[in-house]
Amino acid sequence: MVKISKEVLAEKWELWLYIAGNTPKSLLALANLKRYCEQYLQNRYSLEIIDLLIKPQLAAGDQILAIPTLVRKMPVPIRKIIGDLSNEEKVLVGLNLRPLK
Amino acid sequence: MARRIHQPTNTIAKTPTGIAGLDEITEGGLPKGRSTLICGTPGVGKTLFGLEFILRGAMDFKEPGVIISFEERPEDLETNMASLGFDLKKLQKSGAIVIDHVHVERSEYEETGEYDLEGLFIRLNHAIDTIGATRVMLDTIENLFAGLTNEGILRAELRRLFGWLKSKGVTTVITAEKGEGTLTRQGLEEYVSDCVILLDHRVINQLSTRRLRVIKYRGSIHGTNEYPFLIDEDGISVLPITSLQLNNEVSSQRVSSGVQALDVMLGKKGFFRGSSILVSGTAGTGKTSLAATFANASCKRRERCLYFAFEESPQQIIRNMRSIGMDLQAHVDAGLLQFHASRPTLYGLEMHLVSIHKKIKTFKPKTVILDPITNLITAGLLSEVKSILVRLIDFLQAEGITVLFTALNLNNMFNEQTDEGVSSLVDAWITIRDIEIDGERNRGLYIIKSRGMKHSNQIRELVITDEGVNLEDVYLGPDGILTGSARIAHQLAEQSIKRTNKATNGKNK
Repeated sequence: MVKISKEVLAEKWELWLYIAGNTPKSLLALANLKRYCEQYLQNRYSLEIIDLLIKPQLAAGDQILAIPTLVRKMPVPIRKIIGDLSNEEKVLVGLNLRPLK
Repeated sequence: MARRIHQPTNTIAKTPTGIAGLDEITEGGLPKGRSTLICGTPGVGKTLFGLEFILRGAMDFKEPGVIISFEERPEDLETNMASLGFDLKKLQKSGAIVIDHVHVERSEYEETGEYDLEGLFIRLNHAIDTIGATRVMLDTIENLFAGLTNEGILRAELRRLFGWLKSKGVTTVITAEKGEGTLTRQGLEEYVSDCVILLDHRVINQLSTRRLRVIKYRGSIHGTNEYPFLIDEDGISVLPITSLQLNNEVSSQRVSSGVQALDVMLGKKGFFRGSSILVSGTAGTGKTSLAATFANASCKRRERCLYFAFEESPQQIIRNMRSIGMDLQAHVDAGLLQFHASRPTLYGLEMHLVSIHKKIKTFKPKTVILDPITNLITAGLLSEVKSILVRLIDFLQAEGITVLFTALNLNNMFNEQTDEGVSSLVDAWITIRDIEIDGERNRGLYIIKSRGMKHSNQIRELVITDEGVNLEDVYLGPDGILTGSARIAHQLAEQSIKRTNKATNGKNK
């Protein structure tokens, strides 16, 4: 298992995933994300899924352009990852769960 | 503009832009429900163009609009447009427009796997539906290429976006930066193919002029020339190069030149209304005085006069004319006379023409004076000056405005017969010449031509007195032409002869 720094362990994580309907890409992203969370952030995260087809007015706030987009609200700074999150390495680096090797 | 907008019945529907002059070039505006690409180099006015399309639509045509800005923040846009008299805040509050700033910053994103730009679609759709917009502006969508790395996805999505906009039925303006050898840096012209307008900013002889050209307009005829355009406190105005069809209506009404003796020379009545008059002469022959007299006469008839001075300031002209007994200030105060003084080198010739057009449109004069046109040469080539004047004369004649140009004869530089080559275009041409006899320099005035009227072929002496400009008959005697003191001496001699004759006749009776 990958080593996780102490700060990361101590923090509470808040993740938002923006999707637009149940497209294959969105479902894939969601599945990937849940897997990473269970693996690295067990019991320390909250995940919110925002369907822009239902709440389009929320897109501007986080400057959402691409779908799906994962936004790390907490811990700050905000980070964004776009795509179906299929590359685990990139997602972990992007979320700063693991420093770049 | 008085020109009729000609619109055949079977053309595609158009959306008027509200930008002065553009709707005439495009015969009605941009293609309705389709996309128009505005491309050009930085600083040429693309954003302003798009914004004006949206704002004029919202204000003048009751068509709500959406502005998606990929570059500037709404606050910046608000400040920028406030200087042009548009209140973006108010328009946003009243629901006439929506501004959405799409911020794309590569460093903030990590890309992994497949994605699409559905988020942008949703935002756009949401904005359009909120206010029921029919106009959309995307400024500058190419910024996406800087923000997202996956060009394949981006291009596919852009194609989808333009298709979607079309199916949504909104009229869209897309701005894009001009690329090296291509219309746009990212080849957007491939996707937006209904209408393409190129804006250009050229510097010739250190003077810059903005120009606009409709490169493509599918399903419609359009003007293909390059049209100069001006950005000023009222936004953009484009100057259509008026058609030179020579079918203007003519007037047979006559207007006085302000100098009675000159009217007599011109078939006893003066110039035709709506005609163009050229007064040429060497330096210091009284061209400006003659022009001011004409302006004065126009104001006395309670007809508005617009005076473009390219050499002297209005105050200077008013002061100088006061010395010959003309009070132009009174006309200025009465709102009948308006001066516009500008250095010819202030901007390019085209811009002079645009600004002259605008001022004429707003002031609606009956008489226009340009003093002198010779100075315009410093702002352009001789051939350009001619083309400008042709267009100006054409425009003025279409509006029925009488125009008087003054021109300095630069004898060493040009053939006298072709003062800026306008002589063939003007209806009346008066020239003033120095006559040097007996150690005196006097002014001889004659009419080279005056179309459509009987006119005198004689040379008159132009005298400038405290009471204004006047003409005296020159004496053609056995000693040749007599002017100035020689003429006066001759007159006195003649009078004394008459008196002696009378006296002797009386005696004989």
